[in-house]
Amino acid sequence: METVKLIIDKKQVEVSKGTTILDAAKSVGIQIPTLCYMKLEDLHYENNPGACRICVVEIEGRRNLAPSCKTECIEGMVVKTHTPRVMNARKTVMELILSNHPAECLTCSSNGHCELQVIAHDLGIREIRYAGEQSKFQIDRSPSIVRNMNKCIMCRRCETMCNSIQTVGALTAVNRGFNAAVSTAFERDIAGSTCSYCGQCVSVCPVNALSGRNTQQPVLDALADPAKIVIAQTAPAVRTALGRDFGFEPGTLVTGKMVSALRQLGFDYVFDTDFAADLTIMEEGTELLQRLGKYLNGDEKVKIPMMTSCCPGWVSFVEQHFPELRENLSTAKSPQQMFGAIAKSYFAKILGIDRKNLVVVSIMPCLAKKYEASRPEFSVDGNPDVDISIYTRELARLIRYANIDFNELPDSDFDHPLGESTGAGIIFGTTGGVIEAACRTAYELFTKKVLHKVDFEELRGMEGIRSATIDFEGVPVKIGIAHGLGNARKLIEEVKNGTSPYHAIEVMACPGGCIGGGGQPFHRGRMEVLRKRATALYQEDVNKPLRKSHENPYIQKLYKEFLGEPCGPLAHKLLHTHYIDRKEIVGLYMQTDKRD
Amino acid sequence: MDTIHLPQTKVEELHTICAEHNNDAGELINILHAAQGLFGYLPREVQEIIAADLRLPVSRVYGVVTFYSFFTMTPKGKYPISVCLGTACYVRGAEKVMDEFQRQLEIKVGETTSDGLFSLDCLRCVGACGLAPVVTIAGKVYGRMTPEKVRDVLSEYYMLGE
Amino acid sequence: MAQYTNYILVCGGTGCRASQSEKIIGNLKAAVEKNGLQKNVQVIRTGCFGFCEKGPVVKMIPDNTFYVQVQPGDADELVKEHLVKGRKVERLLYVNPETNEQILDSKHIDFYKKQLRVALRNCGFINPENIDEYIARDGYVALGKAITEMTPEEVIKEIMDSGLRGRGGGGFPTGLKWQITRKVQASQKYVVCNADEGDPGAFMDRSILEGDPHSIVEAMAINGYCTGANKGLVYIRAEYPLAVERLMIAIKQAKEYGLLGDNIFGSGFSFDIEIRYGAGAFVCGEETALIHSMEGLRGEATVKPPFPSEQGYKGYPTNVNNVETYANIPVILLKGAKWFSSIGTEKSKGTKVFALAGKVNNVGLIEVPMGTTLREVIFGIGGGIKDGKKFKAVQTGGPSGGCLTEKHLDLPIDYDNLLAAGSMMGSGGMIVMDENDCMVAMAKFYLDFTVEESCGKCAPCRIGNKRLHEILQKITSGNGTEDDLDRLRNLAMVIKDTALCGLGQTSPNPVLSTMDNFYDEYLAHVHDHRCPSHQCRELTQYYINPEKCKGCTLCARVCPVHAITGDRKVPHVIDLQVCIRCGTCMDKCKFDAVYVH
Repeated sequence: METVKLIIDKKQVEVSKGTTILDAAKSVGIQIPTLCYMKLEDLHYENNPGACRICVVEIEGRRNLAPSCKTECIEGMVVKTHTPRVMNARKTVMELILSNHPAECLTCSSNGHCELQVIAHDLGIREIRYAGEQSKFQIDRSPSIVRNMNKCIMCRRCETMCNSIQTVGALTAVNRGFNAAVSTAFERDIAGSTCSYCGQCVSVCPVNALSGRNTQQPVLDALADPAKIVIAQTAPAVRTALGRDFGFEPGTLVTGKMVSALRQLGFDYVFDTDFAADLTIMEEGTELLQRLGKYLNGDEKVKIPMMTSCCPGWVSFVEQHFPELRENLSTAKSPQQMFGAIAKSYFAKILGIDRKNLVVVSIMPCLAKKYEASRPEFSVDGNPDVDISIYTRELARLIRYANIDFNELPDSDFDHPLGESTGAGIIFGTTGGVIEAACRTAYELFTKKVLHKVDFEELRGMEGIRSATIDFEGVPVKIGIAHGLGNARKLIEEVKNGTSPYHAIEVMACPGGCIGGGGQPFHRGRMEVLRKRATALYQEDVNKPLRKSHENPYIQKLYKEFLGEPCGPLAHKLLHTHYIDRKEIVGLYMQTDKRD
Repeated sequence: MDTIHLPQTKVEELHTICAEHNNDAGELINILHAAQGLFGYLPREVQEIIAADLRLPVSRVYGVVTFYSFFTMTPKGKYPISVCLGTACYVRGAEKVMDEFQRQLEIKVGETTSDGLFSLDCLRCVGACGLAPVVTIAGKVYGRMTPEKVRDVLSEYYMLGE
Repeated sequence: MAQYTNYILVCGGTGCRASQSEKIIGNLKAAVEKNGLQKNVQVIRTGCFGFCEKGPVVKMIPDNTFYVQVQPGDADELVKEHLVKGRKVERLLYVNPETNEQILDSKHIDFYKKQLRVALRNCGFINPENIDEYIARDGYVALGKAITEMTPEEVIKEIMDSGLRGRGGGGFPTGLKWQITRKVQASQKYVVCNADEGDPGAFMDRSILEGDPHSIVEAMAINGYCTGANKGLVYIRAEYPLAVERLMIAIKQAKEYGLLGDNIFGSGFSFDIEIRYGAGAFVCGEETALIHSMEGLRGEATVKPPFPSEQGYKGYPTNVNNVETYANIPVILLKGAKWFSSIGTEKSKGTKVFALAGKVNNVGLIEVPMGTTLREVIFGIGGGIKDGKKFKAVQTGGPSGGCLTEKHLDLPIDYDNLLAAGSMMGSGGMIVMDENDCMVAMAKFYLDFTVEESCGKCAPCRIGNKRLHEILQKITSGNGTEDDLDRLRNLAMVIKDTALCGLGQTSPNPVLSTMDNFYDEYLAHVHDHRCPSHQCRELTQYYINPEKCKGCTLCARVCPVHAITGDRKVPHVIDLQVCIRCGTCMDKCKFDAVYVH
């Protein structure tokens, strides 16, 4: 490969042609601060509008300063990254940015892990010489996401994520000049936009302009209420990421400490959403086999491919953008909602209490789960199956709030009966995991044979779209996998056009799957954080004695004592749902459609 | 936001405009020009139709509409007034003329009078610097304007009435 | 054309149209018919004559008699007297303000005498809506020559040798730009004409498009031939309906004549032109923003490189040139690079069109050889400062440029001199200011513009310019401190150094150049809370000197807010609470009784 040689801060650097000054500097240990820039190479996410101008450097012979994130190295270039001119420019620009940012760090939930704060600190900003008029926006609170655009620094990461990666198209830059802002169409609330609540905008926001809805207080209230039995369910991806907020290396599994912490917080029972994931596999796997059976028998009405339904961001995306294909979604509820439904029926019965006195708190890596929990169909007489859904970062805050020294906590196990899970339930947290878990069970149910090779390597990886054909003893089952809604859109467009080759499609709205969810501790552009979380989940799967959902003894017991058959009448009532056309709700159906 | 019912014939015309531009997203700005010519402004419903025809997120259309000062989401007055604030007009006192219009009409730049008769905007150079300061009202150019001429000029239109 | 013996040329430029030149044309045609002259006399609507100050302008051919400030009611007399009886209508002739002599032929008017019209060669001479008139003045000969007799490389070499530099602002060598675009391998290329003239106070592109649209069509085709593009796009302001209309007529006519379309001159070269509208965004004059706008996006600038020549419209190599640059191309090919490069200075060849405006006697569109001094332009062509006031400054380059002073008057105008003096050529706006103009307010005026026109993408431009404006606001309202001046300068320097695109990088120029040249005015505002030009309202109070006031009541009558009271023949008084400080009373007072403090 062609290389170029240059000098950065008196260091000789040789890099391949096309390398930016930023990367070249990094390669020799020179860290140039960046703000708007973010790159997640595996996900093809790159935001470098060259807009914040914090990463400017001086290049000999050039009239003005150059943004190092956007300037390619040229042979013989002489770059200086911290001359007085550069530092004055960076400081002045930072003061400008801060001059239009509320100085409320102490009460901001990003305090301590805000990218803007870190750079302002590193630049040694001690006063803002350029105070002036500040932008004024109403704070927009949706069930999942809160937008406080007064804090926005116009890095445009969210806009890139929402449009280029997720193709949701909810966010856009509006107006211009000082009035320019990131907003929705007609500057409506998020709830009135095409937002699917995937929360990826939140996960890339460097400040706290976009954040998750905070519902810690209701959790504390429930825990303090002696009349309530409060139970927790924790999603698989949470345990790979929670530790990061307490100084653990990315991908460290902290399952045991997490369970202990929840107990210490006062939860009466600590259960595992993985249990419900196993249950989901029973229902969804059975449904897939039923659909496949009909399909192979020539039933033209059956909707194939069947699409997974455990990701609420994805479900809401389908309901809004492709409502005509909503019957392709599996009717199986997501693990969170299955757990809630079983907890408030089966488990309430075991405890002998009214469902109203049982409070189900879910701990999710996800912001869309809050919205999902609030959907009216997931409640009985106004009492929701899942009362409160909090995300990983909120749990970390609760742990701190309750004076718990997380690092010193002993490990402990989940409670029974809703805390037992197999390896299949664990891998739900990463892209490809749901379908792999489904295959393990569906294979055995379909072929009535024992599956020896449990690891379906062909379904794993970080490629945005993957496909594999699994041989069900002579019946080839074609599987498509997408993570990130932009990739999912490609697969579903094929379904729409009738060209989809698949029998089953797994979609997770967030790039990487739940491990990269909008509620997880921030990756801050470090791709290896996501990779390590995925590795941890697969490791946990291997460590489990049981790795197929239908082998979970508590699942077997649940069916035997309570539910009856998978997809049977009671299972259907409690564990399946229906979908609605949300295009109409957000006003996306136009007069135009009359013509078609 | 109130829902506006666009006349069906005009909606059909809007579809035709989009179709004439091959429903090409690259032609968005030309289409918005034509649409504003058709409706006089670009209400939400118009933007939604265009977005649907061009297969664009409506947010993108809105982002474009709010970027360009030529596009407006509020109906203009029957007699739109534009005061040139180009440099040539500025140095010859256009700002005072603008102030006088605002004072007499009791509206600010970008607003429309409550009777719907006048809307007030500024523009930058119509290329008639020889006549500076210049004001255009409903396409008619008034050159060498002064604050004291404002009342007379407006009364021309008040006489035309609604 | 041949059957006519006489022509009446009527200016159809925007300024003259605003003064009813269309009605004059109608009346002239009626008068010609009434006098039975329709077989011999043709009335032609031309593009801008340039002498906007004296519009509407009517010119008689072949005798070149130049009538100024003609009214629709003058049509009958002009036809009857000038054409039928062969007598000049003296009251409509131009009068030299210095000698009080009537001047018959425009050639002898100072305004024209000192100009050299290359880009504007046809403006005011031909009917822009008739391709034959363009062809009669050697139109499309250059295109024919290029395509049939020259290789693209030869044409590019000619343009390079001519020394032509981009007339849109930056002054990048045009031939070099063409060559870069030519060398990039691509399945599709585009040439673009940037007609998004957004500089407030500049209208040269508009006048060329309105007065000589075919020259642009021809030059774009030549550009296409050279760069390997067969598609041209004109990005034009929607606020220029007449220019759009005439350009569309020109494109249509050129197609009918086979000068656009497939297989031009049987050479195998095909070229077509489409129009894209701007929608009111100054930043779209910047080429990357312009390209995004043409793609149907927000007109936000992107970091260069990649340059449009490598990666432009829809990702294809795109050559963007400005209107005036194009207007020079056909002449260069016809008269040769040597001729062209003989005009101008060492590094700036040819001529430059300026929109001369402001406090100057002859407002208009002028074209002078590069190297002409500011003094020659302002006092020679422009006829000096209006109302006998004192020259204070001239602003060139619009919002990207700077204010030059008395000491720069003998500076030969070219790209490099203007840049060195802290201003820039820009697109060619030239605004003259007199002693009544406050330079701090002027800087604020330009910042007001930049704040409104910033695309909002990069932080220095989006927030920085807003802060510059706020500081200037503070100073002009009398609340500034010396510390504010330091902050102002530092911020201006940083914005210049860090902004993403040309708009942001040049937006502090009006501040920096006024600080350099008129620092004492800044200090007066800051130290003495005084505006020496009495322009900053918060620092200005109007009073009536009772000793001078005769009680004529004129001021009371013209005051728009009725702030002045007083009985007839009794000295009047201004109610300072009500006064909006518009200055009308002072302008109108015949006894010099109104004064400011």
